[in-house]
Amino acid sequence: MENIVKNETRRDFLKVSGTVAGGLALGFYLPGGPRVAQADGGGGYASPNAWVRIGLDNVVTIMVARSEMGQDVYTSMTMLVAEELEVDINKVKVEIAPPAEVYINALLGGQLTGGSTSIRDGWEKLRKAGASARMMLVEAAADEWGVAAGRCTAVDGAVTGPGNQRATYGSLAAKAAEMEVPKEVPLKPASEFKIIGNVRQKRLDTAAKVRGTAQFGIDTRIPGMAYAAVAMPPMIGGKLASYDDTRAKGIPGVKDVVQFSQGVAVVAVDYWTAKKAVATLNVRWDAGPNANSDQRSIWDGMETAANQPGAVFREHGDADAGMMNAATTVSAEYRLPFLSHSPMEPMNCTADVRADKAVIITGTQFQQLIPHVVAGATGLKPEQVEVQTTFLGGGFGRRLEMDFPIAAAEISKAAGMPVKMVWSREDDMTHDSYRPAGIYRVKAGLDDKGNLSAIQFHSTGPSISARMFPSIVKDGIDPFSVEGVDNFPYTADGGLRFTYQMHDTGVTVGYWRAVSHNQNAVAVESFVDEMAHAAGKDPIQYRMDMLDMGSTKHQWSGLAAGVAVGPRIRRALAQVRAKSGWGKKMPAGRGQGVAVMEGYNTVIAIVADVTVSGGYDVQIDKITAVVDAGTLVHPDQALAQIQSSINFGQAACMLGEITIKDGGVEQNNFDTYRVTRINEAPKTLNIHFIKSKTTPGGLGEPATAVVQPAIANAIFAASGKRCRTLPFTPGNIGASA
Amino acid sequence: MKIAFQVNGKRTSADVAPDTPLLWVLRDTLGLTGTKFGCGKALCGACTVHLNGMAVRSCQTQVGSVAGQKVTTIEGLGGNHRVQRAWMALDVPQCGYCQPGQMMSASALLAMNSNPSDQDIDAFMSGNICRCGTYPRIRAAIKAAARMS
Repeated sequence: MENIVKNETRRDFLKVSGTVAGGLALGFYLPGGPRVAQADGGGGYASPNAWVRIGLDNVVTIMVARSEMGQDVYTSMTMLVAEELEVDINKVKVEIAPPAEVYINALLGGQLTGGSTSIRDGWEKLRKAGASARMMLVEAAADEWGVAAGRCTAVDGAVTGPGNQRATYGSLAAKAAEMEVPKEVPLKPASEFKIIGNVRQKRLDTAAKVRGTAQFGIDTRIPGMAYAAVAMPPMIGGKLASYDDTRAKGIPGVKDVVQFSQGVAVVAVDYWTAKKAVATLNVRWDAGPNANSDQRSIWDGMETAANQPGAVFREHGDADAGMMNAATTVSAEYRLPFLSHSPMEPMNCTADVRADKAVIITGTQFQQLIPHVVAGATGLKPEQVEVQTTFLGGGFGRRLEMDFPIAAAEISKAAGMPVKMVWSREDDMTHDSYRPAGIYRVKAGLDDKGNLSAIQFHSTGPSISARMFPSIVKDGIDPFSVEGVDNFPYTADGGLRFTYQMHDTGVTVGYWRAVSHNQNAVAVESFVDEMAHAAGKDPIQYRMDMLDMGSTKHQWSGLAAGVAVGPRIRRALAQVRAKSGWGKKMPAGRGQGVAVMEGYNTVIAIVADVTVSGGYDVQIDKITAVVDAGTLVHPDQALAQIQSSINFGQAACMLGEITIKDGGVEQNNFDTYRVTRINEAPKTLNIHFIKSKTTPGGLGEPATAVVQPAIANAIFAASGKRCRTLPFTPGNIGASA
Repeated sequence: MKIAFQVNGKRTSADVAPDTPLLWVLRDTLGLTGTKFGCGKALCGACTVHLNGMAVRSCQTQVGSVAGQKVTTIEGLGGNHRVQRAWMALDVPQCGYCQPGQMMSASALLAMNSNPSDQDIDAFMSGNICRCGTYPRIRAAIKAAARMS
């Protein structure tokens, strides 16, 4: 199915296709987008394909077509190409690729970074790119020497042949680029990997990041550039009503004051001058449709919506009858708040919009869309817009949005000069696309042994995709709202009914690390703990005994496994039980909690050890995680991603809460929106990977979700308090049953 | 008004309003973009630099107040400072954005305390936020740097 999406904020047409085999395809169609030359001897290099450039000086450049935001694509994706190209990875140059069709992420259908897909999408494709380039270099050498290609070998950036002949890749590059692209590209067996799986491999971007030379979007400097600071409406959906630029224009260093679609900007010789001048503008706002919205009215609306039946996204048997037949029932309602992404680098973008072309330099997760939205904002054609992707000072989903590139392009065009627009932390936090708040109602029927016989799950909340990619929302279901429960791994033979009630609150919502996994799995895995408690059973054994060992892909699983995960979950639970010292006697005020989930084709089981004080302050003492993520391409950074996700999940469930007052976001900096600091980080992170030779699973997100219910269940074990309202602050824990 | 001070061992001056935060003078006027902007309120530590050897938040330090004094930024740490060597050995950075501030804080800590305990590290480093969660590696890297001469 294809349809045309016209979106006011994007002002562009995108052809979006529906779900296809193997993943959720957004299927972007790029009219006349740039293409990557297959061979180009003119620039001092040759390109056997879009991922490999070989300099005539022997410098090998590998193109990385995903955005480096900490998750290590800069190194791990390079490792995949280098493994087959037979080059020394520590000598290659890495370049971030421009937007081009060839770089589209097949799991997402666009050139974007998200969904823990980079390695999964690149696993075969990038090794084949390296192998194909190597084969062309070998063919070129064989042709040169008049021998069969089979008698030549590629080693460390050179081809050797009979009679000690040797030619460097650089000397072969121009000829290789003219060779036929091989149709059959065999890949090394895992037993021959030299780079993939190397536990000593270092990140290729560390030196620049340690010396302070890594270029983030905010570090961009181009000739003639001015700096822009902005004022945007404090109310969501508000609009600029009036402003007075008389004083601002009199300030030395101010070059211009311009309107853009989100507000008004001052353009000046430096950021501080622009920022100070913004404060003099006496801006007035039209509050817009959400003027009277506050957090209480949002929850009231959500509760009313939660009483609607919702749309069914997974069902078997008759869950109502199953409840009637159950020996006992357990029910609970969980509430999760809005959350901010708040990456450390506030949103910013450098734009140089001219009459016939534009250059956009920014840290983006979605470079493919920028030419189109900038075209829409400026009247240029998409092919006139060049995009350069820098390092990202954190992404977490925030940098999938197009608001900041559009704003910078509009400001540059209006001011008639290249502009670096920088948002303050306050601009950033109050103009985020927030992780949706939601209500999750779960009811289970247990049989006379306490095992699950029937279950109903009903979630209510805003849909992200309804705003960003409406065509993937079908029959009232947003696939990115049912993750982490659509693949519910336990048996309920007496009936299962899962429903989702979409409900717009007026608050802009966006994809946030692990997306709906960190809502649904928090509810589901907290609830399974409640079931175990009601049944009087050990929470780990209880889960293991109820696993569906033959579960298969479900309709909406999207980026999840699509294969039976019961055996993998059982193994992860067994290992986490052993590694965590599960079941040991703990002093008063301390407790352990467990949670497990499959997401992004990765299974993670976590045990949290916590201490809860009499005043309900929670100290997280230890996190034990067992991770089955298939083959690890870059093991040390696989570890780093689990460390990272645990921290991000901890910040979400212990501290994170965005609230609305008078139509605007109340929190605006790290004093009112707290995130985890080093003194709050667990003293011990005990992370284990299950050895596996299967295809890689996603690593950037899933642990973010799993750690939250593990902490919730540990708080219960330590304090007897079942906190169903997040975050787990002393107030919320104290107020719970 | 010209304000003269020392940055990374070199005399320099900036012709800006004296209430301009040192952060923006370093970044925009002097082009030293290694020092990062994170919050503008001394809440996150991304902008940490050394003023006469002590860690300060450059977003809350007016340039007028540093006249005649010595400022060191990540660019001036030398690239081979033991903190930087430890950060590289342990591959501490992920996105890397907060790391210049982390390293400027860590190097100031080690200058005062050659063998910091976990509590010392937590107390001194809790002003530096990392959203990527590199905290376990930061702790380990500070201890590794402490062991280097």
